[in-house]
Amino acid sequence: MPKDNALNSSADTQRAVEQFLYNQADILDERRWEDWLGLFTEDGKYWMPADPEQETGERLPNIFYEDLYLMEMRIRRVEHPYAHSQLAGHRTSHVVSNVVIQSEDQATGDVICTSRFHMVEYRLEAQRYFGGKYTHTLKKTEDGYRIQLQRVGIANVEGPFDHVMEVWL
Amino acid sequence: MPRDQNRDFGSLVEPDRVHKACYADENVFEQELKSIFYKSWIYIGHESQVPNAGDYWTTWIGKERMIICRAEDGQVHVLYNRCPHRGTLICNNLHGNSGNKKSFRCSYHAWQFAMDGSLRNIPMKEGYEGIIDLKDPQLQMKRAERQGSYRGFVFASLSQEGPDLETWLGGGKVAFDDICNRAPEGEAQIVANCFRIVQHSNWKIFLENQLDALHPSLTHHSTGDAAAAMQKVYKEKTGEEPPMGYQFLADFTLPLEKWNSLSTIGHPYGHTVLAGYMGLRPRDPVTVAHEESLTAVHGEERMNEILSTNVHHVLVYPCLSVQPPLQQLRAVRPLAANKTLTEIWHFKLKGAPEGIYDRSLAYYYHVNSPSTMVNADDLNNFRACQDGLSLKGGGDWVSLHRNAGQDPVENGVTTSVTGMSEQPMRNMFAAWKEYMTAENQGGE
Repeated sequence: MPKDNALNSSADTQRAVEQFLYNQADILDERRWEDWLGLFTEDGKYWMPADPEQETGERLPNIFYEDLYLMEMRIRRVEHPYAHSQLAGHRTSHVVSNVVIQSEDQATGDVICTSRFHMVEYRLEAQRYFGGKYTHTLKKTEDGYRIQLQRVGIANVEGPFDHVMEVWL
Repeated sequence: MPRDQNRDFGSLVEPDRVHKACYADENVFEQELKSIFYKSWIYIGHESQVPNAGDYWTTWIGKERMIICRAEDGQVHVLYNRCPHRGTLICNNLHGNSGNKKSFRCSYHAWQFAMDGSLRNIPMKEGYEGIIDLKDPQLQMKRAERQGSYRGFVFASLSQEGPDLETWLGGGKVAFDDICNRAPEGEAQIVANCFRIVQHSNWKIFLENQLDALHPSLTHHSTGDAAAAMQKVYKEKTGEEPPMGYQFLADFTLPLEKWNSLSTIGHPYGHTVLAGYMGLRPRDPVTVAHEESLTAVHGEERMNEILSTNVHHVLVYPCLSVQPPLQQLRAVRPLAANKTLTEIWHFKLKGAPEGIYDRSLAYYYHVNSPSTMVNADDLNNFRACQDGLSLKGGGDWVSLHRNAGQDPVENGVTTSVTGMSEQPMRNMFAAWKEYMTAENQGGE
């Protein structure tokens, strides 16, 4: 019998983590960039590996591997008046589900959780569709959870990609 | 379609302008496959991509699907990806290994082939007795008509005729020489990751953009500004120099005059080089260690010669865009007049310090990955070009007038008078015209 991970945490933790993930999806879809940066710890990273089996982003090819500085750079670029590939409009809609608490540190309250996402992106009169698995390493702080690492495993990791990904998924 | 109006393909190209049909007409595209992609040499892959017996990767030459693989005797082969029995695609994955038996096995009727394409076995083979010899070439996976390798970079040609690989590469050889020479062991090692990005535009639009020195500070203005701003923020907050990747992007804030001071060199067969020293030799410990590793092998004079090679970017026409100083390679796979697949690779330098790889990896990430902020705006322009060129009205010609007729030519090699001269486009179209108007161009 596989272990029932849902029993790793309390209903309160499950609810708090779910609300955190739903809020993150809203922030991204609404392009609230200051709030986005605020979701991460100071050393937090957003990581989309180039290989499904990849265990680290260091010194390996990645699709995304960004700290707060690189994330801020990306925000400055998409908000720049001459970012012409963004001028036609770029809208996304995320659904996050299947939230499972994989582990919860009883002493610190830190959590590792997995979830699944579906995302549609509309740009230039065409819609693209992405899906995959999030693995969040969340630190518990006085102000709630903060992301230390968000691993994003997309289903179509080998591509080929139609256009590029201008913002995070 | 101009050909229907009794105009030949050559008339689409004039010295300083080309007809929009070159980019948007499916009939022109089909002829390009026959006259260019099935006649010239096409890059297939790197020998280190298939390190072990049985390893294979699949790729394209025009609409033909090809396999590069390694046999048990160590030989690398380029085969058509097709079972000679009923035509089934043999390798359906992007890459893999053919297994313990080092045999390709067709999924339909289990015909088995050695890695050189020769037939190994057929189930119930008595059905062929007295009818056909199992060694008959028509029962083997077909090999590419010609195959060649230059410093580990493997090319194939689907034509029996034409210049040999080295003759054809000519001035384009510098792409591979510059990569390999920077390695103390003289060889490149491919990193087994291929980013594949589809461009909704003609293959030539991509190649033309690669050496277009007017576009970087304009197209990539937003990225240049964002990176330059973050260089300051990074320094203020950490007190340290930002990683080199920031500078690759901040370079897009260079004034236009700086880009105009570069020069481009047009070689026969359309191969074209952007000369421009990339400033990769600050006195940091990584560079110093790299210099020492090369000096140990070659001595200081040769080390200096290698590391000051004045090459920024090389187009090997019609199939490659290479940036040797940062070990980047983009292969161009035309799928339709308005659709192009790019296969994007990078390399390690054998024997070089690990820190040198970090630069290559940073460039691969910031400029060439599927999350690149740079190509986001390029791809948008390419698509907009293609859509505009596909319009029936609004004009028929594309202007390549900048510095036309001013670039000096010596022994068949053109050196541009300015970095922004549209010499690279004119040089590539001169080759295009030669291919497209050559005798027996149809090959049918």
